Amino acid sequence: MDVSYAWLQELVDVPVAPTELADKVSRTGIEVESIKRYADGLKKIVVGHVLSLEPHPDSDHLQIAQVDVGEDEPRQIICGAPNVGKDQYVIVALPGARIADNVKIKKGKIRGVESLGMICALQEIGYPENVVPKAYANGIYVFNEAIKPGSDALEVLGMNDTILDFEITPNRADALGMRGVAWEVGATYGNVPHFTDESIQESGQPITDLLTAEVADAKDAPSYQLRVVQNVQVKESPLWLQRRLWNAGIRPTNNIVDITNYIMLAYGQPMHAFDYDKLGTGKITVRRATDKESLTTLDGNDHELNDQDIVITNGKIPVALAGVMGGLSTEITESSQTVVLEAADFAPVNIRKTALKYNLRSQASSRFEKGIDVGSINQALDEAARLVAELGTGDIAQGVVAPTNIKAEDTIINITLDRINHVLGTELSAEVVEKIFNQLGFGTRQEDGLFTVSIPSRRWDIAIEADLVEEVARIYGYDDLPSTLPTTTLTLGALTPVQARLKRSRQLLEGAGLTQAITYGLTSPEKASRFMLHDSLVTQVSFPMTTDHQTLRMNLVSGLLDTIAYNVARKETDLALYEQGRVFVKTGDQVRPDEREYIAGAVTGNVQLKDWQQPAQAVDFFTVKGIVESLLADFSLVSPINFEADASDDNMHPGQTAAIFLGTDKIGMVGRLHPAFEKAQGLPATFIFELDLEPLMAADKTEIIAQPAPKFPSVTRDMALLVDKQVTNAQIEVVIAAHGGAFLKAVTLFDVYAGKGIADHQKSLAYTLTYRRDDQTLTEDEVNAAFDQVLAHLIEELNVTIR
Amino acid sequence: MDLKAKLEALAKQNHDRIQQIGTLAELNDVRINLLGKKGPITEVLRGMKDLDAQERPQVGAFANKIRDDLTEAIQSRKEQLEQAQIQQQLAAETIDVTLPGRPIQRGTSHVITQIMDDLEEFFMGMGYQVVSGPEVEEDHYNFEMMNIPANHPARDMQDTFYINDELLMRTHTSPVQARTLEKHDFSKGPLKMISPGRVYRRDTDDATHSHQFHQLEGLVVDKHITLADLKGTLLAMVRHVFGADREIRLRPSYFPFTEPSVEVDVTCFRCGGVGCPVCKYTGWIEVLGAGMVHPNVLRAAGVDADVYGGFAFGLGPDRFAMLKYGIDDIRSFYQNDLRFLSQFQREG
Ligand SMILES: [Zn+2]
Repeated sequence: MDVSYAWLQELVDVPVAPTELADKVSRTGIEVESIKRYADGLKKIVVGHVLSLEPHPDSDHLQIAQVDVGEDEPRQIICGAPNVGKDQYVIVALPGARIADNVKIKKGKIRGVESLGMICALQEIGYPENVVPKAYANGIYVFNEAIKPGSDALEVLGMNDTILDFEITPNRADALGMRGVAWEVGATYGNVPHFTDESIQESGQPITDLLTAEVADAKDAPSYQLRVVQNVQVKESPLWLQRRLWNAGIRPTNNIVDITNYIMLAYGQPMHAFDYDKLGTGKITVRRATDKESLTTLDGNDHELNDQDIVITNGKIPVALAGVMGGLSTEITESSQTVVLEAADFAPVNIRKTALKYNLRSQASSRFEKGIDVGSINQALDEAARLVAELGTGDIAQGVVAPTNIKAEDTIINITLDRINHVLGTELSAEVVEKIFNQLGFGTRQEDGLFTVSIPSRRWDIAIEADLVEEVARIYGYDDLPSTLPTTTLTLGALTPVQARLKRSRQLLEGAGLTQAITYGLTSPEKASRFMLHDSLVTQVSFPMTTDHQTLRMNLVSGLLDTIAYNVARKETDLALYEQGRVFVKTGDQVRPDEREYIAGAVTGNVQLKDWQQPAQAVDFFTVKGIVESLLADFSLVSPINFEADASDDNMHPGQTAAIFLGTDKIGMVGRLHPAFEKAQGLPATFIFELDLEPLMAADKTEIIAQPAPKFPSVTRDMALLVDKQVTNAQIEVVIAAHGGAFLKAVTLFDVYAGKGIADHQKSLAYTLTYRRDDQTLTEDEVNAAFDQVLAHLIEELNVTIR
Repeated sequence: MDLKAKLEALAKQNHDRIQQIGTLAELNDVRINLLGKKGPITEVLRGMKDLDAQERPQVGAFANKIRDDLTEAIQSRKEQLEQAQIQQQLAAETIDVTLPGRPIQRGTSHVITQIMDDLEEFFMGMGYQVVSGPEVEEDHYNFEMMNIPANHPARDMQDTFYINDELLMRTHTSPVQARTLEKHDFSKGPLKMISPGRVYRRDTDDATHSHQFHQLEGLVVDKHITLADLKGTLLAMVRHVFGADREIRLRPSYFPFTEPSVEVDVTCFRCGGVGCPVCKYTGWIEVLGAGMVHPNVLRAAGVDADVYGGFAFGLGPDRFAMLKYGIDDIRSFYQNDLRFLSQFQREG
């Protein structure tokens, strides 16, 4: 809400300058977002009187004006505006003036004729296009009253006024009118506003002779008030009214429409004016629209309505969308003579829905949505009628047609001093609190620390104790509250096992050289569905902003690949990234997806950079598998982890991908992207892993029971085996583990070789077996016996040849 | 030549020779040849049996002295040679210590995670539990329980990704508080919690808006929690994150789930409060929203609002990171440019 400082000063004593006011009000009530003064940066702009006009000899559209700017001699100014005319009072920028956008006006010659200034349009001196009256949108602005030439035009136009932008939160709609703002500012400084309410003269016919009205359902329009003003002259508003409107960001239209807007600004009460004659029936009915009923609104747009919309009808067809926008058919125009003024209260939810549905949100609809002061509806209507009669030289018909009405009552809230101090943590006295309530203009009685507070209808936001506590807190001043820490019984603060596990997993990967990425949870349907560890149905948001962010992810790898692509495009090619986050999976007729904690990584380029001592080392399957193994080892799982070759994912390299199992449950995968997928996505060779942490976190864990460091030395034996190429390391290790004997402590693969010197269908694998006894030193015989046992089983079960 | 002269000649001749020897091996050979059992001194001593008994002790003493002198000379030469050898080795082993060390590959946590971890630790230290909740939330918990019924104007403040009429992507982490409040057994003590996590808003991504960001909300409910407690808690938190010299101020605001509601400003940590572009020359930066829990929120969770009350606050780790490190585009957090991420590896 744009609050004019000058207007505010007419309503209440403001003891401070605008900047200080803005700061104070922001601290005690409503945030002032910004302060502006249209005059800032402008100078030497005056009112001029066009004495004569003659055509420019060398132009078909320029004219030479002699303009009285209050100096001894008139000035000659060349003007190209189509609407410039003799005897007009206009805005003149003198040589040396600064106008909008810091443009400096100089004397000069235009096509050979001297010009000593410039006649200005409102836009040229900084008014935004949307407040400039349409009549002057494509030309200069012309004052509609005589103003002393040479007067400061900025002052006359209201541009020296300071405009404070009050950021009104939904609970403070009471400050969506200047009177509400005056009450708020008054409360802040302990001043009571002084409003002048003039009485109205009803010089027209009885309204009942002209108009009847009904409201079909009082819930839709709990208060519906109409007045009629006859014999009205529709014309341009006087300057003071135009000034009020454009300083509040509203474009002046004509006196009737301007008055309705002015009343909205003054009282916070949206109004509407109908052309009585165009109504044609002398009747108004407020009702719900019927399905497919249509209406053309003032903006010229056609709408097909439904029964959620409240409409104003002439008893037959809709003539306005209640509280949202009037209809074109009953628009006030220059020919209007009899005006119906409407002030009402409409059901907020319907107004909100209708305004949203037809994209017609306006200052009026937003006020109805947030609620209005039902105590000032009649007052606003009367003042509107008075102004219409005054500015349109009309006659107010006798009486008001009011098919529904609300009796405004004070809200009574009881609250104890103890309660206030208990919530605020203060020790305020009853006197201090009572003074605050008085400042706010609330009726207050106090007895033994119990306040009975009467809240006038203009503060309809206050309904419960907590609301009053807030009023006390803000007027007393948040700065003056003490700062303490809660004194409760002690509570424990610790991460849950799951939170701790997630954090530890993150730290482990960071120690392994991976950097954490955070990617989007919403992605495209394709990306969401890749690299899935479990079958899942897709979950989508209903109205996505973009197709890139419409589906809840079912894997973390896609986001990491986006990140890889983003970095590679920026010439960063050595990347090791991980993400820990949730995926959203569902099956069958599940509506709500399960949220599973996953962790995934993607590595590309070199894991070891080339430097002066060592060559670069590119990532391979085993680098990433090593990271995964190290992470999994940290879980102390009871069940074994198995890696099995897996060629089932089309986006993965069929020969370099393993599914990871915990016991028999698939919990993850590791491998290289399919080269074709890499190519299609513009990705370099990239190795990824993805783990479902849920089964890992739920699985049985081994406990650490400390053992003393071994007292006896260990003994090693190496073996080199020739095996068929199909035989896997895992198979060999299974046999070694099964027949290694009680003293076998470790098996380490130290060489894998195929090629020259070995048959094509074979490969050579070499292992070190480490033996140790905990109770005594192993004898040669014991080791030899155990070693021979393993060799024998390898030969028997896997047909190996010992080299 | 008598024995003594022989010995003198031997000493003279070998003293010079020892000084000339260039290697330890050669020196060792000389030692063995000269002083060994077959060496010339031993031989001289052997010849003593032919001397007078009177002469014998003199010559013997002289021979021993010569032998000791030579031994000492050899030892001294040996030390010289050894010293030289070490010097040579050190010279050969000298490196350019300004050459770079071997890099250690270390990853780093995301700057937003760092902010959240830090805040979690801070609040855990004050006895708060950390509670996680679903990102796909029910309208009931996200809005209704937070005193935002359907068609409440406050729903405008939070444009929402709906999945269907009942399900949505949570727009704040408050529903976690509603869920926890609903389950909490107050006979076992107060509720002190924070709920960190991802949230979603139906926004167009630009420098200051992101359809996904993070929140960390806090809630304390007990029989005597005050607005002053909220102020003190937030002051401690702000000083922990932004520096010990910071001050805060509360300004009235509006959130449907708190009453009174406040916005919290902190003194500008760039300029210290004198005014700069970061604080838009006000000396203050808005950092979070807070308030006293609205009785409707307590009642919706089955808590007696006449007996219990509390405070709640909500802050944005994204915004905190932007302010703390001077980041001007929220999209940087989700683009994950490695060059951007890795600058937060060191202590900030
Ligand atoms: Zn600053």
